Amino acid sequence: MPWLSTLMGVSVLGALGVTLVRNDKLAKQFTLVVSLIVLALTVAMAVQFSPNGDKFQFAETYDWIPAFGVHYGVAVDGIALVLILLSVILVPIVVLASWHDAEAGKRSVRTYFSLLLVLEAMMIGVFAATDVFLFYVFFEAMLIPMYFMIGSYGGAQRSYAAVKFLLYSLFGGLLMLVAVIALYSIAGKGTFMFTDLVGTIQDVTTQKWLFLGFFIAFAIKAPLWPFHTWLPDAAAQAPAGAAVLLVGVLDKVGTYGMLRFCLELFPDAAKFFTPLVITLSVIGIVYGAIVAIGQTDMKRLIAYTSVSHFGFIAMGVFAMTTTAGAGATLYMVNHGFSTGALFLIAGFLIYRRGSQYIADYGGVQKVAPILAGTFLVAGLSSLSLPGLSTFVSEFMVLTGTFQRYVVPSVIATVGVILAAIYILWMYQRTMNGPTAESVKSLPDLNAREKWVVAPLVALLLVFGFYPKPLLDVIHPAVQDTLSSVSVTDPQPAVPVAQEGQ
Amino acid sequence: MEPAEIIQHSGGAIGAAWLMIALPLVGAAVLLLGGRRTDKFGHLLGVLMAVASFVVAALSFVQLLGFAPGERRRGIELYEFIPGLAKMGLLVDPLSISFCLLITFVGSLIHVYSIGYMAHDPNRRRFFAYLNLFVAAMLLLVLADNYVALFVGWEGVGLASYLLIGFWQHKPSAATAAKKAFIVNRVGDFGLLIGIFTIFATFHTLAFDGVLANADKASSGTLTAIGLLLLVGACGKSAQLPLQSWLLDAMEGPTPVSALIHAATMVTAGVYLIVRSGPIFQGAETAQIVVTIVGVATLLAGAIIGTAKDDIKKALAGSTMSQIGYMVLAAGIGKAGYAFAIAHLITHGFFKADMFLGAGSVMHAMNDEVNMRKYGALRKVMPVTFVTFLIGYLAIIGFPLLSGYFTKDGIIETVMEHNAVLGWLAVLGAGITGFYMSRLVFMTFFGAKRWEPTAHPHESPAVMTWPLIILSIGAIGLGAFLVLGNRFMTFLAPAVGAPEEMPAFHPFSPTGLATLALVAAGAVFAWLKYGRAEVPALAPRGSFLTTFARRDLYGDALNEALFMRPGQWLTRLAVFFDNRGVDGLVNGLAAGIGGTSGRLRRVQTGFVRSYALSIFLGAALLAGAWLVVGNL
Amino acid sequence: MTTHYLVLSALLFAIGGVGVLVRRNAIVVFMCVELMLNACNLAFVTFARQNGNLDGQVIAFFVMIVAAAEVVIGLAIIVTIFRTRRSASVDDVSLLKY
Repeated sequence: MPWLSTLMGVSVLGALGVTLVRNDKLAKQFTLVVSLIVLALTVAMAVQFSPNGDKFQFAETYDWIPAFGVHYGVAVDGIALVLILLSVILVPIVVLASWHDAEAGKRSVRTYFSLLLVLEAMMIGVFAATDVFLFYVFFEAMLIPMYFMIGSYGGAQRSYAAVKFLLYSLFGGLLMLVAVIALYSIAGKGTFMFTDLVGTIQDVTTQKWLFLGFFIAFAIKAPLWPFHTWLPDAAAQAPAGAAVLLVGVLDKVGTYGMLRFCLELFPDAAKFFTPLVITLSVIGIVYGAIVAIGQTDMKRLIAYTSVSHFGFIAMGVFAMTTTAGAGATLYMVNHGFSTGALFLIAGFLIYRRGSQYIADYGGVQKVAPILAGTFLVAGLSSLSLPGLSTFVSEFMVLTGTFQRYVVPSVIATVGVILAAIYILWMYQRTMNGPTAESVKSLPDLNAREKWVVAPLVALLLVFGFYPKPLLDVIHPAVQDTLSSVSVTDPQPAVPVAQEGQ
Repeated sequence: MEPAEIIQHSGGAIGAAWLMIALPLVGAAVLLLGGRRTDKFGHLLGVLMAVASFVVAALSFVQLLGFAPGERRRGIELYEFIPGLAKMGLLVDPLSISFCLLITFVGSLIHVYSIGYMAHDPNRRRFFAYLNLFVAAMLLLVLADNYVALFVGWEGVGLASYLLIGFWQHKPSAATAAKKAFIVNRVGDFGLLIGIFTIFATFHTLAFDGVLANADKASSGTLTAIGLLLLVGACGKSAQLPLQSWLLDAMEGPTPVSALIHAATMVTAGVYLIVRSGPIFQGAETAQIVVTIVGVATLLAGAIIGTAKDDIKKALAGSTMSQIGYMVLAAGIGKAGYAFAIAHLITHGFFKADMFLGAGSVMHAMNDEVNMRKYGALRKVMPVTFVTFLIGYLAIIGFPLLSGYFTKDGIIETVMEHNAVLGWLAVLGAGITGFYMSRLVFMTFFGAKRWEPTAHPHESPAVMTWPLIILSIGAIGLGAFLVLGNRFMTFLAPAVGAPEEMPAFHPFSPTGLATLALVAAGAVFAWLKYGRAEVPALAPRGSFLTTFARRDLYGDALNEALFMRPGQWLTRLAVFFDNRGVDGLVNGLAAGIGGTSGRLRRVQTGFVRSYALSIFLGAALLAGAWLVVGNL
Repeated sequence: MTTHYLVLSALLFAIGGVGVLVRRNAIVVFMCVELMLNACNLAFVTFARQNGNLDGQVIAFFVMIVAAAEVVIGLAIIVTIFRTRRSASVDDVSLLKY
């Protein structure tokens, strides 16, 4: 069964269907049903995935533009699979969360939900693409629905934010296009298929240039310091649901691309640029956290925490140890859940009070204990409290990085302290203390909102104590990636014999 | 004597040791998720889960005693936690079971006490949920068989502590104190985390089994680094210098919390970590020296802070810091000190919980007044509280034959043998303890009434006094039971090792006599100043030293000057830089392009003739260029 | 022989060009454009004759057709402009700028 095409097909057909529905409420319900069907199909696919089987599974390859060797090629390995899972889990949650978000928009409610489903198809496509050209197409096409979601349904500064987002991404994307074409012609294989291109570029100087073309695009997308300033604007202006998909999934394409394309296609260049990337990541971790502390706007604050978290992910990718790589991949998934929860609950809060500013709140815990409690859980996941899944990934990234790069890892660990400051200070200012006059009559979470938050919190908790199912899928894929870069894990100073290892 | 091997175990109470953690965790989950539906029976469920956990611990203890001493380290594998890094497993051995018994027993009593103490709080259910969460996390901390699981528990107790300090979150001071506790603890965790990374990089395993048995194979430099990093973690959690500042503020929490978390159990986690990681410290002499110095410095600092506080809970908190300083000091000595450190930890858990709950009982009677200058003469109206508090007091100052006499003097004697300077400083600390604890008792229970007019003190209900009575029994007899005949040292030996020669007990050694004399002097001095003399209602200005102690040795001022203000400055700078620098650069580029095109568009004048002219000129230019190039 | 035709063609083209650049009356500008087109036609025809094939002649026909079409549309525009603004000066129709 062509699983991946089916997934995308269902989403696209759903998107078309939504535009035909006349009634807004029906359109929402229809979108929710479609996204749940996609989720169910993906889960059905995921259980058939065998972690230790072929690298790429569920492969489908058809010629698309034979003259240039462009294919419609999709398949997943462990890394892509967990990211697709992340996307399809987040979409129904976002649909449910943005039930009323689109009503104040410039365009119709139907369009919003239709765009959501189009975006879902593209998110699946971008992670599944095994043809570099196809990847590029999805990489750029994803911008369009997101541009309209920010530009038509966002806050007061939405046009500025949407255009900034689009220009940044396009700039990176065009650099990547140049690199993609150069890769095609220099490799001289007459094909854009990823597996055929691995190992074709031997010349180190060429590798470096092509690496930069890809890397800058991904660094803008991720975003790494100093390419990050579009994110706070876009995330703060986007409706909460779109912000979740933007930060939770779209940005992951950047870090995913680093792991998949930058490392495997240009191993020598990747090793050459590792010090640079690690430095940028560490700066991003500390800098993002410090700037987050100083924010007065809740959504901007959360966006800056993500800048810090993306630093961790990029560091883990380029540390090139199995632990760090697997940790970074897991981090991508967990960060989606954690930041998703944080954005959505902050969105609920903002929807009630109509202000994004922290100073406009105070003492919400007293009037809306469930909202406050779930906000705290989401916040704690952002500061990687053990017992929540983000801890596992952050711990793995730091442990793995420490094996090879001691000083960056130590500096990055400072982020752990700073995270406690930005989250708890925000929590204290919004939820604790005497109840502010303006929030006295704030209602607590309603049933729909509880259904939004519950799966996220459950996922955070379950994977916090039992991350094995995800890691079992991720580990072989990361090992495979690292072996194609031909690096091996550092050996311990004192080898301890252990059974089963 | 070296620690024994770990034997994999299943079956019996030990095989079900995970229930100890799971039961209170389920309790917490039910109470938090159940919402208001569980308000009616929330406190009962909380108590039930804590007691059930104690029952499992007691059964495990009995089963453990059934094994030969060399077979008393039992490992239980639960499941694979992080593949390649750590399994989730438990280690039931004499050390962890001692902690389990302390945590679940004292914890259960405090649960019971809280039924009365929190009876009028609308959020009592949530309080019990957090208490249960704490017990679960604390048990995971001590039962874990590897550093990752330990860290999970370690942060779990931090979370519970955060939630409970800030339990009355509508008070800004409570919310701030909770946040401060968490953040200062995170600074400690920073050290602990890097310590764990170093351990993994060195040994490629995080199981106690693999790490501690092979510690002697690592270089002493590595071990020193690991030891010092673990110590940073221990300092954070156990409020040792220089990360002590959060503990005094943590007294914002409800008193049972102060008793359970910030006196009896959580704050001793640092001592546990040092003792558990014994083989690492034994291979790193420098680290051990630093541990003892931190211990001595904190025991003096805590005692000095205790002398100047008028807030009864803060005085007790200073005392807690000081007593944990003793434990850390003992733990820093190595095998000779471990048993005394843990024994003092256990007796301290009893008598300090006793005193904190006693203080809670007093506050309960005095409309939540904490200022001792407004107490006085309470011994008549609260006889049970008074007697139990008095027992705790006598135990902590080391009154002969009570618990503290055996365990604290044991530490002082051991330290004296190890290093005379540290030993005499510890004796001095005991003298100050005698002073400030006597001051506290005299100000609270003796002298004249200085009550607020609205205060109508009364004895607390039985649900609060019975835990006091049980704890004070422990404060009387536990020390003798543990120390006499080296009973506890022998029991602990399979887990942490023991010195080649067991120490003999000297009832009237010169050190012991000197300690007693100093303690007596301190008590007499306190009697002169606070028992016989009138206690002024407002604190006198006092000398420079008093101010120094009142301001917590300027610890907060130092933190503010060194970290908080530069931090705020840095934050503002970074935000400014991000908006004007990084974003400014990008927006500047955009504005530059926009400006240039704004100027360039002026060329489009709208006059057809000028367009035609530019076409002609362009054509002429092209033709000219072609001619020139063509002729080259 | 050819040279004479070409010189004439160049002269006509130059006259037309100068006319386009300096005259303000739209009709005159228009006539000058026609003059330039016809100068080109002359050059095409000259070369066609010199090279002995019909390509140039054919192109000249195309140019004439284009010129005719242009006249139709152009004159219509000019007349409309004149009707609305009572003026046929090209400088007055400079609104489509910046």
